[in-house]
Amino acid sequence: MIGFRTLLYKEVLRFWKVGTQTVAAPVLTALLYLLIFSHVLEAHVRVYGSVAYTAFLIPGLVMMSVLQNAFANSSSSLIQSKVTGNIIFVLLPPISYREFFAAYVIAAIVRGLVVGGGVLAATLWFTPLDFAYPLWILVFALIGGGVLGSLGVVAGIWADKFDQLAAFQNFLIMPLTFLSGVFYSVHSLPTFWQRVSHYNPVFYMIDGFRYGFFGVSDVSPWRSLAVAAACFAVLATLTLLLLKRGYKLRS
Amino acid sequence: MATAISVRQVAKRYGAVEALAGVDLAVDQGEFFGLLGPNGAGKTTLISALAGLVRPDRGRIEVMGCDVIDDYRNARRQLGVVPQELVFDPFFTVRETLTIQSGYFGIANNAGWIDEILANLDLTSRADTNMRALSGGMKRRVLVAQALVHRPPVIVLDEPTAGVDVELRRTLWQFIRRLNRDGHTIILTTHYLEEAEDLCSRIAMLRAGRVVALDSTANLLRRFSSRVLKFRLGPGPGLPEALARRATPAEGAWTLLFEHQAEIEQVLAQLRLAGCAVEDVEVGKPELEEVFIRVMKDAAPP
Repeated sequence: MIGFRTLLYKEVLRFWKVGTQTVAAPVLTALLYLLIFSHVLEAHVRVYGSVAYTAFLIPGLVMMSVLQNAFANSSSSLIQSKVTGNIIFVLLPPISYREFFAAYVIAAIVRGLVVGGGVLAATLWFTPLDFAYPLWILVFALIGGGVLGSLGVVAGIWADKFDQLAAFQNFLIMPLTFLSGVFYSVHSLPTFWQRVSHYNPVFYMIDGFRYGFFGVSDVSPWRSLAVAAACFAVLATLTLLLLKRGYKLRS
Repeated sequence: MATAISVRQVAKRYGAVEALAGVDLAVDQGEFFGLLGPNGAGKTTLISALAGLVRPDRGRIEVMGCDVIDDYRNARRQLGVVPQELVFDPFFTVRETLTIQSGYFGIANNAGWIDEILANLDLTSRADTNMRALSGGMKRRVLVAQALVHRPPVIVLDEPTAGVDVELRRTLWQFIRRLNRDGHTIILTTHYLEEAEDLCSRIAMLRAGRVVALDSTANLLRRFSSRVLKFRLGPGPGLPEALARRATPAEGAWTLLFEHQAEIEQVLAQLRLAGCAVEDVEVGKPELEEVFIRVMKDAAPP
């Protein structure tokens, strides 16, 4: 247990020590999105009939930050450790693959929540926001962070070089998070793209998270919860299998 | 004497390369054991297998009686490894690095022992310095410290003095020797054969994934090494025919190789009998380097 706790502590301390880069920077990025999109669209778009665009956008940006930063945390920590070789310090001790998984994924969730919380705190000045069902908000943030944190572990272990990880991030994570209804309600899309969006698991995480704020969403929060939880179950199983086999870590 | 490390029939193949081809080894507790071999002989693969970083294709390895795969938790607690590469985590200070490493091994409050290690490795003044700001030699010391945080009975040093200055090498060996006297088993790989000769009580030589020599250092030196006699001849008669056939000229002097010390007497007697004026006589001591070269030559595939 101490081994797991220490690895978790080290992973959190790692991003906290470079907080400008790992927390402040993504909060600023989210704020810029908010400023630009709300400036352009606030007067023109209303969502779910009554929700102002800026209010609609904020939960989406918060959740996008949670997801992207959860992924960034585990993936960048692992690739850095692999490239510099200091991964050996966590491979030599008696830490089981389950503890390894839990420490990296929980640290990723913590980073996601810290950044998401930062975005939320910074954007609250712009517009009043409802918190209809706080428990839904928390549940989706935790599961979403877990899914992307786990995916980050897979990507970090798989990638041998930084550019491979960047490809993973640019060609998978970015499209999945941007085309998930962060900036729009999928109901405003043409039918074809609406249907495509329903195959994007990130859409359900954002939609369910947003439901926690407004009590309204594109699909039922229970359906979103089922999709998000299933995603986590599949990814966690895959990640644990890879870690158990020692894929790319123990030759 | 109880066994510290037991390696049985361990083989590991990477594609076409046979890194380990059925290695058998046993190291007793309290030994200072040397693992020598040219680059690519399989030393690092063997150490990695010992540490659980590499999974052998077949064979078993035990550390203090604990199987490194089935009982990895206990096996790893018994083992401290100083890796060959100069690796470090740039996010942390020396003390943070050691505290975190202790935690990985399940030790929550280790400040007392950490202070002791720091003092012994001359790192106390650098305890709160970030790893990034340390010189190469200092980083090497931290690597040694990291391997010791959990007080492992078996310590493996994979070429710890590669690129290390004389002063550090001296303090490092003093410290390691003391750990050995205190009962720790030490396993050392090195390219510096004088170091191995000085420190190790027993030596295994590896070549192409096989153990090609395994004996006490003294036996290896006795078994393989020849004595060297070097001398100059003053004015007077030249080298007698019988000796000239065996001797090699070098820089105006002659060198002769022997298997036994007693032969030296006979040669000197022959020279006196021939009326030669012998000057500058030197008798060379056997060296591990010579043993190493001969073992490697004998073990070379035809």
